[in-house]
Amino acid sequence: MSTATVAKSEYESANRSWYKRNEISITPWLFLAPAILFFMVYVIFPIFQSFDVSLYQWDGLGAREYIGTSNYVELWDDPAFYTSLKNNIIWLILYLLAIPAGLFIALFLNQTVTGIRLYKSLFFFPFVISQVVVGLVFTWFYDPTFGLLNTVIGWVGLGPINVLGDPTYVTYGIIAAGLWPQTAYCMILYLTGLNAVDPEQIEAARLDGAKGWKMLWYVIVPQLKPATFIAFVVTIVGALRSFDLISIMTNGGPFGESRVLSFYMFEVALSEYGFRMGYGAAIAVVLFFIMLFFIAYFLYSMYKDEKGH
Amino acid sequence: MRSILKASATALVTTAVLATGAFAADKPLSGDMKIFLDTSNPAPRATFEGVIAQFGEMHPDLNIETTIIDRDAYKTQIRNFLTANPPDVATWYAGNRMLPYVNTGLFEDVSDLWQGDLAENLASTKTALTIDGKQWGVPYTYYQWGVYYRKDIFDKMGLTKPTTWAEEKANCQKLVDAGIKCYTIGTKFLWTAAGWFDYLNMRTNGYEFHMALTAGKEKWTDDRVKKTMANWRELLDMDAFIGDHTAYSWQEAIPFLVDGKAASYLMGNFAVDPIKAAGLTDDQLDFYQFPLITEGIPMAEEAPTDTLHIPSGASNKDAGRAFLKFVASAEVQTSMNASLGQLPVNNKSSVNTDDKFVRQGFEMLNGAYALAQFFDRDAPAEMAKVGMEGFQEFMVRPDNVDQILARLEKARERIYK
Repeated sequence: MSTATVAKSEYESANRSWYKRNEISITPWLFLAPAILFFMVYVIFPIFQSFDVSLYQWDGLGAREYIGTSNYVELWDDPAFYTSLKNNIIWLILYLLAIPAGLFIALFLNQTVTGIRLYKSLFFFPFVISQVVVGLVFTWFYDPTFGLLNTVIGWVGLGPINVLGDPTYVTYGIIAAGLWPQTAYCMILYLTGLNAVDPEQIEAARLDGAKGWKMLWYVIVPQLKPATFIAFVVTIVGALRSFDLISIMTNGGPFGESRVLSFYMFEVALSEYGFRMGYGAAIAVVLFFIMLFFIAYFLYSMYKDEKGH
Repeated sequence: MRSILKASATALVTTAVLATGAFAADKPLSGDMKIFLDTSNPAPRATFEGVIAQFGEMHPDLNIETTIIDRDAYKTQIRNFLTANPPDVATWYAGNRMLPYVNTGLFEDVSDLWQGDLAENLASTKTALTIDGKQWGVPYTYYQWGVYYRKDIFDKMGLTKPTTWAEEKANCQKLVDAGIKCYTIGTKFLWTAAGWFDYLNMRTNGYEFHMALTAGKEKWTDDRVKKTMANWRELLDMDAFIGDHTAYSWQEAIPFLVDGKAASYLMGNFAVDPIKAAGLTDDQLDFYQFPLITEGIPMAEEAPTDTLHIPSGASNKDAGRAFLKFVASAEVQTSMNASLGQLPVNNKSSVNTDDKFVRQGFEMLNGAYALAQFFDRDAPAEMAKVGMEGFQEFMVRPDNVDQILARLEKARERIYK
């Protein structure tokens, strides 16, 4: 035992166990162990498994057949893949509208009027209800025969528009439905953020003659930076995970025009007619790299922030 | 057995006593038996509950546990439960739809049940349940497809049941001129469009070509397929279908027929029940066979068969076999299909002649040259998906036809290699 040669201090008893001696460095790992274990089993390991499966042709039931990168080659000239990718990008861009929309609703609600708590709850309501319900509500709203949308635009002599049945509008229609709860989410983040805005700075800015847009842009928004960051993260992730609304509202249709990568992956591998685990895994790998790009960026900026403080 | 013809599901239990005699020779069954069903709609659900109760009375030592799963959810769950938690009996569909489970050895070979009298009685569906020369399940029902139309609207406008393509189009033109759409359809879930393709293709090019096409032996870019699409296009150019059909499920398309905005519906017989529930009576609703298109081509029909299977991982296969045999028998098929409103497969069963749709369907299928299952049961799953999406796109953008067929051809080359 080499440790036995170390000189004993007065704080050390003669025969402390190995655990006692390393307690400070071991304990955090013990507390982390369950999380790490499950994270490994349910997140890290499946990522590598997906990489592996994507190199096979496999129906999920029988024997796997190694086919190298054929799945990726096929993906390369699969028009459905590009439709999904294009829709994913539209989702990413338009979903970000939830951030300014949430900010303005938060500014609007950030006042002391009788019953403001009730109004705040009402605005937050769409985030509380299930995405499935949101999808159903919007499906009826868009319905070409009895939907509210077409009734309203009918009054001004327009329509009817079959939003969910028309390949040109369908993705925008679903994103609009998705923005409803997402805006509420961003709003609640900004409402919390606004509580932390320093009133002295506002006072000072007011003395300097700042008001309206300038006040908002140069004084309020910079102080909301942490809230903006979180809103950005949840919105990007939300856009990439958009699955339930598509599944409920259009099932990927008409003829696959509203699919995104995650839905296409599900359809290819796990839906009623899907028996192509390998191809689905290949789509998952592509989606993983797209997400990784954003996640790496967020982790980097978080790291930078922490170093800055 | 005439009294049984009208039997509802609840009455099945009382007839059990009568039927028991026929099966008394079987050895007693015991233990547990698990049955998974996809019969989640009210009528099929009650029917099966009745049949299982009847079977349970015959085998008092058998502890039967039934699980009914939503029909659409079942289609994705079957893969999981066949491997992880196999029941002793499971419902499924005939044709290529069972191929993945047969190929991977998840369905039990039940050729031994297809012996003697039973084989003779079920002969009409034997090919649909045969893969590699063995049988993998037994049928319990099948149903016809055809055009369900508003008789009152036809009468008012002086139209008659069409028997040829020219008559069909002439009728349709008159309806369109009067501001009524000829056909309602909801293509949100794609398969309804495949019904149109199947019929148009079988009538234009014949059963053999259609089967070769779904089996991957003919090219999708073939001129014959183009001819089918051209026939379809004639209807599309006439504006014969309701607009916005991509937004509706097949059930959501029913109100157009009920409200008189559309005059007919190409559908399976299972649609009669919801249509009547939506308010149409037997006087208003009638049925005709899909008309002849190419002169001289024998009339084949769609008749999807629903089946029962024993998973190879089942723990009580004796009970499973006994149940399959029981359901395949003439008496049980008679009473079951009377309450399902469909057709029994066993040719010794009697058909519920009080139901005019069942009666007409039975006559039509008896005279049919051959029976197809349905596009998504005749073609393998992947091809069915790509194909049906193509049909839906064609109905919205008929100008893309060449592009769509080229895509299907590319899929065919990949899938059937």
